[in-house]
Amino acid sequence: MRDLKEWRQTLQQQDRPADRPSLTVGMSTCGQAAGGARVMAALEAEVKRLGLQVDISQTSCIGMCYAEPIVEVALPGKPRVFYGDMTPERGGRLVASHVVQGVPVREWALIQLPGNASPYEGIPVMPASPYYGRQVRVVTSRLGLTDPESLAEYIATGGYAALEKCLRQMTPEQVVEEIKTSGLRGRGGAGFPTGLKWGFTRSAPGEKKYVVCNADEGDPGAFMDRSVLEGDPFAVIEGMTIAAYAIGADEGYIYCRAEYPLAIKRLKMAIAAAEAKGLLGSNILGSGFNFELHIKAGAGAFVCGEETALLASIEGRRGMPRVRPPFPAQQGLWGKPTNINNVETYANVPYIIQNGGRWFAAMGTEKSKGTKVFCLTGKVKKTGLIEVPMGITLREIIFDIAGGIQDDRRFKAVQIGGPSGGCLPADKLDLPVDYDSLTRAGAIMGSGGMVVMDENTCMVDVARFFLNFTQVESCGKCTPCREGTKRMLEILTRICAGEGRMEDLDTLEGLARVVKNTALCGLGQTCPNPILSTLQNFRHEYEAHIKDKRCPAHVCQALLVYTIDPEKCTGCGACTRACPAGAISGEKKQPHRIDPALCIKCGSCMEKCKFGAISRL
Amino acid sequence: MIDKDSTNRANIKEAALAEALQRYAGARGALIPLLQEAQEIYGYLPQEVMQTIATALKIPFSKVYGVATFYTQFHLKPRGRNIIRVCQGTACHVRGGARLLEAISAALGVGKNETTPDGLFTLETVACLGSCGLAPVMMVNEETYGRLTPEKIPAILEMYRGEAVIAAG
Repeated sequence: MRDLKEWRQTLQQQDRPADRPSLTVGMSTCGQAAGGARVMAALEAEVKRLGLQVDISQTSCIGMCYAEPIVEVALPGKPRVFYGDMTPERGGRLVASHVVQGVPVREWALIQLPGNASPYEGIPVMPASPYYGRQVRVVTSRLGLTDPESLAEYIATGGYAALEKCLRQMTPEQVVEEIKTSGLRGRGGAGFPTGLKWGFTRSAPGEKKYVVCNADEGDPGAFMDRSVLEGDPFAVIEGMTIAAYAIGADEGYIYCRAEYPLAIKRLKMAIAAAEAKGLLGSNILGSGFNFELHIKAGAGAFVCGEETALLASIEGRRGMPRVRPPFPAQQGLWGKPTNINNVETYANVPYIIQNGGRWFAAMGTEKSKGTKVFCLTGKVKKTGLIEVPMGITLREIIFDIAGGIQDDRRFKAVQIGGPSGGCLPADKLDLPVDYDSLTRAGAIMGSGGMVVMDENTCMVDVARFFLNFTQVESCGKCTPCREGTKRMLEILTRICAGEGRMEDLDTLEGLARVVKNTALCGLGQTCPNPILSTLQNFRHEYEAHIKDKRCPAHVCQALLVYTIDPEKCTGCGACTRACPAGAISGEKKQPHRIDPALCIKCGSCMEKCKFGAISRL
Repeated sequence: MIDKDSTNRANIKEAALAEALQRYAGARGALIPLLQEAQEIYGYLPQEVMQTIATALKIPFSKVYGVATFYTQFHLKPRGRNIIRVCQGTACHVRGGARLLEAISAALGVGKNETTPDGLFTLETVACLGSCGLAPVMMVNEETYGRLTPEKIPAILEMYRGEAVIAAG
């Protein structure tokens, strides 16, 4: 391996200044789902038609999911401009105006990057834009800005400098100390101090040790790890390599969900590229240190996000958790000491080594250091992937970054931490986002899913939704989780169907406490959180379902009543034709009526009525 | 002629499985990757295939069956040519994922985990596809579709019906 620094300098010199325009299309899973490939094809066709010399390439997710597909236009010596909501039809004007004439299309432009060139007028510069202003991009710093499949770009932007520093200047003990100094805590949910975990695995007796990356991101409503794997696979690999050096391992596994084919593809390419350049494999950077990395595709079991279940799955068994201790740091994969961290944790490591643990510890709060990546979804104006310093308030995230609630409806709750987390109401909006504050409020940091709900979301239905999920995913090994989730789901289903009894609420709460205190693993111990937090913060909604047989958010189908206002009904018959149950009758041009006994509450009539005569109560 | 073709196809599949078994010979933790490859080859996991894998790995059939039935990715029954996976994640749920599933189910005339009589589509659900920013979403084979409404469904299904016609013709 030639000198990495020299190679980086050569790459940086080659890289700029670019002598011709470039078009870059966001092609992460979200970008593709929004139609990125069609936009890219249209741009290619347009460039070819005009005979232009333009580079067209792809990148990962810059985080503005709400504006996908996103296209970046860069002219030599000019700032890079990002356009949102692109369509194949818009490609022609974009190329004609920005690429050919050098005039950006301002009404489609989202942001421009700061740089040496003077900025275009009328387009927000990234750090000053409302969406990015409060963000601090560390783990996501390359996302959407570099080609994730290019090792050269990774190195040109400072990649592998941290590994080189470790191998040439630091002992493994010093690396562990640096991580301890940073105060980094596990980003997978529980928040265990990473440096401490590394220290345990390092000092565990045994020759053979492993490092494992938990990329089995199963929480519904979370895609941080997918975005990081798709957008910066080399950073995760570099972080794992540093961990291996620190704990004394020579082999590692990345356990990735099979539902993330693009992430797996990019990881495979990245591993092959790093191996080819001597950055992975034997005698890394001529240091004598060896590290072999494998990928295991998960097979679809949420419980495999639990570390002992994950190890069982890598070993080829049913992914069922076991009792700890012994912890994986003592006895992990095939009985050997094993260090397990999640994707975001490893991705933080190169930055900590490069800038020092103190730099990292200067961000965040006293007990939660650094930044956290969140997936902001649900009923907000701007859904997306954000990275914020720990300690920021929920209000800043939801109203300043995401621009508030869709259609300016009322905020009702934010669900944090997926099936293990809780729903926090409006009076918790000023809560700082850190591990301890969230846990005290009845939610958890979790892996970073943040689903915002408005007045049209029923909180009992949300609790039932999560219980349905955990009940299906319960592995069945321990009784509290296997039986408890089933009984709790039955009660919630009954309440949503309007057949609940007031004493159900006490039974539900009692059961939830038993499961929380007695289940074997994290899945069971945290699955009552959605119930407990909604019971605490939205008890009135439960009571409305039980006492008044009414769903205040108009979500629970069995409790809805559709009626026709005779004043507004013109007797056009559109509803009668739309009704699949034959529940609507009436003479032509006379007010119609709905037979509640036949009505299946599908809402088809309400959608078809042009006169607003049908209402849902 | 048809018989000859199907025998050929069966031979090709058998050879691919034998090749995979050879590749994983002696490797630790080989069962799940092997089941994944076998399902890739056959489209599902026929009992004989699971038995072949058990014999090759020198483990009881019950263990192979136990693993195959534990993970949702594995299917013991044949599936359709196109797999539709409708996301039931939290973000999709609050943005109308349930109505989407109903619309697809109505358009295909089959319920969850069922295959259309012509063998073209299998309808499945998935806990989360991780494209929550574009909720509600679904996946058809390897392609993800976002910001869906029930109205957009017929046109998407039609694309795959069209492909089937081209393939058959």
